[in-house]
Amino acid sequence: MTTATIATHDDHHDHGHPSGIQRWLFTTNHKDIGTMYMIFALIMFMVGGAMIMAVRAELFQPGLQLMKPEFFNQLIGVHALIMIFAALMPVATGLANWLIPMMIGAPDMALPRLNNWSFWLLPPAATLLVMPFILALFGIGTGAVATGWTLYAPLSVQGGMGVDFAIFAIHLLGISSILASINVVVTILNMRAPGMTLMKMPLFVWAWLITAFLLIATIPVLAGAVTMLLTDRHFDTHFFDAAGGGDPILFQHLFWFFGHPEVYILLLPIWGFMPHILSAFARKPIYGHKAQIYSFWAIGIMSVIVWAHHFFTVGMPLPALLYFMYSTMAISLPLAVLFFCWIATIWRGSMTFETPMLFALGFVILFGIGGLTGLVLADVAADAQYHHSYFVVAHFHYTLFAGGIMGAMAGVYFWLPKFTGHMYDEKLGKTHFWLTAISFNLTFIPQFFLGLAGMPRRIPDYALQFTEFNMISSIGAFSLGLSQLLFVYIIIKCARGGEKASDKVWEGAKGLEFTLTSPPPYHSFTVQPVMK
Amino acid sequence: MAYKKLFASWAGFAAIFSSGLAHAEYAWNFPEPVTPLALDTLHVHNEFMLISIAIFLVVLAIMIYSIFTHRKSKGHQPANFTGPSTKSQVLWTLVPFAMLLFIDFVVMGIPAYHSVVMMEDTKTDADMVLKVTGSQWKWQYEYPAEGIKFVSTLTTPEAQIYNKEAKGEHYLLDVDNHVVLPVNKKVRILLTSTDVIHTWWVPQFGAKRDAIPGFMRETWARIEKPGIYRGQCAELCGKGHGFMPIVVEAVSEADYKVWVAQQKAKQESAAASAEKQWSKDDLMKQGAEVYAKQCVVCHQANGQGLPPTFPALAGSKLINGPMLDAGGRLVKDGHLDRVMNGKPGTAMQAFKNTLSDAEIAAVVTFERNSFGNKMGDMVQPAQAKALR
Ligand code: HEM
Ligand SMILES: [Cu+2]
Repeated sequence: MTTATIATHDDHHDHGHPSGIQRWLFTTNHKDIGTMYMIFALIMFMVGGAMIMAVRAELFQPGLQLMKPEFFNQLIGVHALIMIFAALMPVATGLANWLIPMMIGAPDMALPRLNNWSFWLLPPAATLLVMPFILALFGIGTGAVATGWTLYAPLSVQGGMGVDFAIFAIHLLGISSILASINVVVTILNMRAPGMTLMKMPLFVWAWLITAFLLIATIPVLAGAVTMLLTDRHFDTHFFDAAGGGDPILFQHLFWFFGHPEVYILLLPIWGFMPHILSAFARKPIYGHKAQIYSFWAIGIMSVIVWAHHFFTVGMPLPALLYFMYSTMAISLPLAVLFFCWIATIWRGSMTFETPMLFALGFVILFGIGGLTGLVLADVAADAQYHHSYFVVAHFHYTLFAGGIMGAMAGVYFWLPKFTGHMYDEKLGKTHFWLTAISFNLTFIPQFFLGLAGMPRRIPDYALQFTEFNMISSIGAFSLGLSQLLFVYIIIKCARGGEKASDKVWEGAKGLEFTLTSPPPYHSFTVQPVMK
Repeated sequence: MAYKKLFASWAGFAAIFSSGLAHAEYAWNFPEPVTPLALDTLHVHNEFMLISIAIFLVVLAIMIYSIFTHRKSKGHQPANFTGPSTKSQVLWTLVPFAMLLFIDFVVMGIPAYHSVVMMEDTKTDADMVLKVTGSQWKWQYEYPAEGIKFVSTLTTPEAQIYNKEAKGEHYLLDVDNHVVLPVNKKVRILLTSTDVIHTWWVPQFGAKRDAIPGFMRETWARIEKPGIYRGQCAELCGKGHGFMPIVVEAVSEADYKVWVAQQKAKQESAAASAEKQWSKDDLMKQGAEVYAKQCVVCHQANGQGLPPTFPALAGSKLINGPMLDAGGRLVKDGHLDRVMNGKPGTAMQAFKNTLSDAEIAAVVTFERNSFGNKMGDMVQPAQAKALR
């Protein structure tokens, strides 16, 4: 794979592109755009985290201490929307922008101007999400969307103008994702280096290709659903109003037809690069390259046929319940193949444990807990006990935080020296990992027990038997949140200087991107490498 | 402000930990099941959890072994394999796959099938029906065969919620009217809602089902042990979502009959009082009580509401306007109409579904003569009755 002819073309291209603020506003360069995506994601991660720390402060003990229930509902809803759409998705898109051209030997993304657009739709969308909070301070409106991120009708039909803001934010975020996806698909299909057949393509690139297809298939459904919601709110259309001949459950079907694949949209890019990291630090080739590609496909396709397992308690005919239960369980098979390949990749390797490897191993273990509790949730009868309880909150944080965010952190640490040209501070990186992993478990393990004991989610105040576990969870959340300041510091420090990174960065690193200098030249490959 | 409170909560935390976890009542699993469904669900859950934990531990053990032996610092040389190469290796990789297939669809799949079928069978041998209607933020219960109907709301005082008073034992899980059910009878529970989606959940029954406006859903419970069982609404239904408890009291069949008789008598006297003329003082007194229970959450104790979602009643045009025309007919969009029929698309529900004639007459009279509103008039229960 790595035997490529490398472009030794000089950096003459550098003259003539804009500098200063214009460089960032008008840039069409995949690396600049990738950087902006990732900075945006990091900022929003901190904003979403700050919101949930306020929530955890309120839940620290029973009684209403800090806020009104309305405001509490706004915080949890916006926390989730931000974490999903403005933190996890953008960081994956940022990595895609940086890495896909470098991994396939292309100079840039196929549609650079579109790329600029797809980034610059994000800041206005984030503003729309957060603005109602600020407007409310001035007495305008009732604050942000207070319906949870799922926006279930009819609650969202009766909500305040925060719901309208959220609907428009979702429209913008959706357009951005679709544009980015089109770009990814076109780049991958057209700009691969000669000799890089689809089957030789790196797993990260493969995973993103499937992610892009999933986005293009499901985002329009979400856009349709929220548009119907908008017309129900303002033009009396009654799509979701039984009194007018509509059906409130239709909204849930439409939402989760998007919402379930969305989980895989968030996770596929991470599964894509995980084997790269494990293989680099085990100094061993990736195990089961093809098996993983087929598993990605299987999971991608299956993800769009299991949506109703998110609302078993709504009442469905028995055959529908059984179908959604068994099809959901079936997803554990391709997922198990992935786990098998990850573990076989490190098995009998020669491992070292730098920060990216720590995060990668942590990812495999903690995401395993998320996956297994998901298997348990598939059981319809037991799900009646888990659904909308804290058990579910713990489960999806094991997938979205441990699987998503911690996975993304592994990737960021792995490629950061490549991006910046400097090594990050290894000691601080390891500290960051251990703080994150420990406080993460401290936060979410108690939530499993809270759920089993019967604590519903999304309540601002709770009965006394839930007190102790909530306190532990809050302490975990505060330390988890504070630990992330260290992450920000490490990144800034690394961007500003430090030990020079070699081109290959890691002893065991493979892939075309490691044949470029660190940091790579402005147009990654100006002469196409040839794969032998 | 907020800092102070935050600090106070930390201090509270320290106090509790230093007192040796005073009321530590850790629960590691579902609360004790009291219906066949909950028992079955618990078994399935335990089985699934044990299998999952076993799989997790096996995988973790393999990983830990690998991490400790296959490391560079120990001089371990990396192998070079990228997939199964010989026929027997291919076969061996299929073994975990086949095992998982077997676990998914046989070991877990078959018990899961039976419990789902059991959960969905709400009708076979059902002894009675309980109808549950969710509204923001209360539950209305109806016993169609007995003709009993009442509303059940949270009774935890605000002072406890805002930490001005010590919290009671059943903090947030106490209501004014318990649902009383006989033990060992299969109760078919029908659910619907008047506004948004709510979810009726009593963990010890293993039953959780959504209450959806405009649709009827069902579940069932056969309570095998007398006692008081508590649950909460489980679907985000607005700001009162955390304050919508469910309390079910399971009693012997004899006690149940006594309770039914009492309820019927109560209901008859309420109907009789709707016929008589009430004095304004009686209306105001009863009205204040109804207001405190039904209206305060949204319109606030001082009648100022939380505009624009929950409009103020003080100085409201609607309240200070006519509600009946000269002929005694209901004025559309007048005060009485709004209270009886609600306003679709908002949290203002049709109270004629949940309140008696006397209660409606009383609360309307109260609103017209409180918060600085000085209409001076009153509504008689008979008038409200005539408008149904
Ligand atoms: C500092 C780390 C985090 C903490 C302490 C945290 C904590 C919480 C809490 C307490 C809730 C409210 C649960 C409820 O009552 O329903 C919540 C909701 C949620 N969180 Fe997080 N979270 C964190 C990070 C994340 C991340 C990284 C993601 C996703 C990428 C995420 C996704 C969600 C979602 C989807 C919800 C559901 C919101 C809703 O009910 O509408 N969280 N989180
Ligand atoms: Cu509710």
